[in-house]
Amino acid sequence: MSANAQSSTPVKPARITARGWGWRHAGRARPAVSALDLDIAPGERVLLLGSSGAGKSTLVHALAGVLGDEEDGDSTGDLLVDGRRAADARGRVGLVLQDPDSQVVLARIGDDVAFGCENLAVPRAEIWPRVRAALAAVGLDLPLDHPTSALSGGQKQRLALAGVLAMAPGLLLLDEPTANLDPNGVIDVRDAVVRGLDRSGATLIVIEHRVAVWQHVVDRVIVLDPAGGVMADGPTADVLAREGERLSKAGVWVPQVALRAPVRRLRSPVAPELLLRADALSVGRVPFARRTAEVVARDVGLDIRAGLATAVTGPNGAGKSTLALTLSGLLAPAGGTLTAGPALANGIGDQPVRWRSRELLTRIGTVFQDPEHQFLAATVRDDLMIGPRALRLSASEQTARVDELLQRLRLDHLADANPFTLSGGEKRRLSVATVLATRPRLLVLDEPTFGQDSRTWHELVLLLAELLDDGTALVAVTHDEQFVDTLADATVVLPGSLAAGSMVDAS
Amino acid sequence: MSLLTPTIRPSVVARLNPVAKLAVALIVSCSLLLSIDWISAGVALLLEGVLLLWCGLSPRQFWLRTAPVWMAAPLAAITTVMYGQDSGATLWQLGFVSVTEGSLSLGLAIGLRVLAIGLPGVVLLATTDPTDLADGLAQVLRLPARFVLGGLAGLRLVGMFIDDWHSLTLARRARGVGDGGGLGGAVRRFVGPAFALLVISVRRGSKLATAMEARGFGSDEPRTWARLSVFGVRDAVLVGAGCAIAAIAIGVAVWAGTWTFVLA
Amino acid sequence: MHATSKTFGTTSSTATRGRNYRWRVVDIVVASVIGVASGVIFWAWGLAWSPLSSLLAFAPGLGGLLAGGWLFAGVLGGLIIRKPGAALYTEVIAAVVSMLIGTQWGFATLIWGVLQGLGAEIVLALFFYANFRLGVALLAGAGAGLAVALLDTAISYAALDLGFKTVYFVTAILSGTVLAGLLSWLAVRGLARTGALSRFASGREAMRPARAPQAVR
Ligand SMILES: Nc1ncnc2c1ncn2[C@@H]1O[C@H](COP(=O)(O)OP(=O)(O)OP(=O)(O)O)[C@@H](O)[C@H]1O
Ligand SMILES: Nc1ncnc2c1ncn2[C@@H]1O[C@H](COP(=O)(O)OP(=O)(O)OP(=O)(O)O)[C@@H](O)[C@H]1O
Ligand SMILES: [Mg+2]
Ligand SMILES: [Mg+2]
Repeated sequence: MSANAQSSTPVKPARITARGWGWRHAGRARPAVSALDLDIAPGERVLLLGSSGAGKSTLVHALAGVLGDEEDGDSTGDLLVDGRRAADARGRVGLVLQDPDSQVVLARIGDDVAFGCENLAVPRAEIWPRVRAALAAVGLDLPLDHPTSALSGGQKQRLALAGVLAMAPGLLLLDEPTANLDPNGVIDVRDAVVRGLDRSGATLIVIEHRVAVWQHVVDRVIVLDPAGGVMADGPTADVLAREGERLSKAGVWVPQVALRAPVRRLRSPVAPELLLRADALSVGRVPFARRTAEVVARDVGLDIRAGLATAVTGPNGAGKSTLALTLSGLLAPAGGTLTAGPALANGIGDQPVRWRSRELLTRIGTVFQDPEHQFLAATVRDDLMIGPRALRLSASEQTARVDELLQRLRLDHLADANPFTLSGGEKRRLSVATVLATRPRLLVLDEPTFGQDSRTWHELVLLLAELLDDGTALVAVTHDEQFVDTLADATVVLPGSLAAGSMVDAS
Repeated sequence: MSLLTPTIRPSVVARLNPVAKLAVALIVSCSLLLSIDWISAGVALLLEGVLLLWCGLSPRQFWLRTAPVWMAAPLAAITTVMYGQDSGATLWQLGFVSVTEGSLSLGLAIGLRVLAIGLPGVVLLATTDPTDLADGLAQVLRLPARFVLGGLAGLRLVGMFIDDWHSLTLARRARGVGDGGGLGGAVRRFVGPAFALLVISVRRGSKLATAMEARGFGSDEPRTWARLSVFGVRDAVLVGAGCAIAAIAIGVAVWAGTWTFVLA
Repeated sequence: MHATSKTFGTTSSTATRGRNYRWRVVDIVVASVIGVASGVIFWAWGLAWSPLSSLLAFAPGLGGLLAGGWLFAGVLGGLIIRKPGAALYTEVIAAVVSMLIGTQWGFATLIWGVLQGLGAEIVLALFFYANFRLGVALLAGAGAGLAVALLDTAISYAALDLGFKTVYFVTAILSGTVLAGLLSWLAVRGLARTGALSRFASGREAMRPARAPQAVR
């Protein structure tokens, strides 16, 4: 079944032309994209690459006509869809934004998927078959009236994809559509996109840092140059073979070029100090106006020791994020016990959830799955300062820590920018940096590497490896297999069958 | 479920077109606003009571939802009794406060009126799903889709306030600014997140607008509706019942001679 | 490095430089968000109003001081969105939402909302939607106060005597000026500082002195 199996009118694939096009966001000194010349023929399938912050998202937003008017920034040159200005061709185009959290429009998942079809004036009789087909295609196996507010990060991403697949537009734009999906989901979703395209013949532009996933289903790769224009353009295999080395240096994830793995210092044979022990732990959230938690994962047993990294993996909706929030002392355990070892507790009680906010700061640092949830200040620098300031460090120490992090995570040129205007990858790095600034003994990171190009990925992994060597413990929730291979000393897999069962209880 | 998206049990009233419910509440309210007398308010309240038997709210939800009305009615009545326009024999007097026969009957009328106007509105809308209401407003009343759906999106964002508040407090705790500072800190911890909540929703709103446009929303081209909102016979009957309540209430009051037109 | 940046500003995409009065989707969504959030506050205010007004009842007419709690939404929306109808729209949404949650005034809430919104809207229109400084904000608040005073004395307190009505008139306007005008103006300034209003003229004005984005031109 494909998203538009029922579609009676075949779509007309869109043609894209750019002539010297550029865009500078209001408030930024440098243009995000400049001097871009491009021709994409109707029906072509393009993989758009480029380092984090190169302007990929900006380009697809422009193509979808949602970049805004002259008040939102300055444009140069022309960007045309079917010979018309992109902003006038709205409706020809379906775009999945990079941030899955912000694109849920309606309260029930069926209605949300139908929303795009309604806007394209698809007849009612055709909408519901399309909605069901699209939900099946992305593997979101929930009732049509399931509330959209109770979805995990990956489920929201699937929902957003279903929404555009159902539209069957002439130009399909996907901005990192699989960043939060489990490995099986990535393949399923990619195949669903391809099936949909086979039927509709629409033009596709997909942004993804991991080349391997899309390599064999696209016709062409375009690599954006952060300094302006394109760095490479051509048939996939050609470009990767010819320019692989150069692209890899620029941060593109080229499958043939292996990354240098960081060297971890040899560990001593005695077991390192115990920081946190979970015993038959159940995790869940307490719904509004209810007393008992709705358990999403149970019977988790874990020992977290200084200097060791534990990876938590499992399918979307398995309860990984909920587990992470519990381990970090933010949610109370729904059952079982979670006790901090003396090395972590360091003189206060052994129940992390009872600790005070400032006590938590040097003990457990948490990176949320959605980076925007933890931004508190109006500039990148101020946001990084919050932790050190709460610790009452000396002014010079505060600046030193913050400057080092800014520089290592390639955020220094953004120090005065508003955190909410950063690119997807930059936001992720900032949220990791905010936690590193207080040097906690245990780091709990939820999807620390999504949206990173190979350079920033590498920098991040190096930084974490150093911290591990210094005795920091690490718990990372992740779908990134390479990250697990490189850093993890132990892996916990959540099966994820519980979620479906508890869902029934909820309704 | 949150404040703005109640769990709606399937019932006769829940299946009626929201526009019809809106119309009824509007008709009854307007007719009662025209006069202050205990007979028209009382009669309307009585007839509404019969209608509300079918509303399909659980008793717990009914009392929870209508609590403000039950609290307000006696307060409004007492205020009027003490400060209302005096007429007839004075029963009790202390400074400004005077209770007369006239102000007593005015107070009774006001109390009944608050109930008669408040209850149907609250109950009818508590049995309405916001999405269905939007469908009705756009398809039955033909209000512009851009505004109806934009409004619905805004409503959903605020409906998530409770979840947002939760994740905000988690985040502040994780970032080391979640507690401490004594009473001043507690106040700041309320005002801080409360303002942050507004900031977040405005920000979410801006992004959501982009997401909606990315799915083809906002142009002037015609759009279709996945959910059909029809104004059927039952809905017409409901509106008819509303008109009847209004007419009977006024009719009885005029007949009894208590009807006094406010604006006259 | 950027030879191209010189040409920025010679835009090819801009048709009109004049003010655009058409509501964008962001305008609608953000106005709704503000309206709905205010609606929740209206509702809470309605709960607090009953005991507060019976306290104030010892000085007849001073109840008007509380009216401002239902007037700020319109001024706030008008100051942020800056489009014709914004004040009316936001105030009406707020009224409808408080009604949805449940107030003792039932549908009358809607009627009040429309008139209060109009009160603020007319003031903003008198300045051709071109001036949103403090003075105008205060006047808009006063306009909303005037509207609610007229409505309340004509309907809610129709039964009360003239002295009461006069005091009520004055206090309602005062309350509108302070609670709706001044507080909304301050709130807009605070919101703009966080960068949340970056897609609105109201937000950009506040950010302008920061670093010169125009310098590249
Ligand atoms: N709304 C905005 N306001 C100001 N600057 C912005 C805005 N959106 C993006 N930028 C800036 O424009 C540049 C390009 O951002 P863009 O999101 O297009 O990058 P990207 O290539 O998609 O990166 P990533 O792979 O990390 O998602 C970045 O430096 C970013 O900080
Ligand atoms: N705010 C919420 N309210 C109610 N239910 C939720 C909420 N967030 C998540 N859930 C539900 O709880 C379950 C576990 O969610 P969680 O976010 O922990 O999953 P996850 O393993 O992190 O998934 P993903 O890989 O997609 O991020 C899911 O079934 C989800 O539907
Ligand atoms: Mg991006
Ligand atoms: Mg998760």
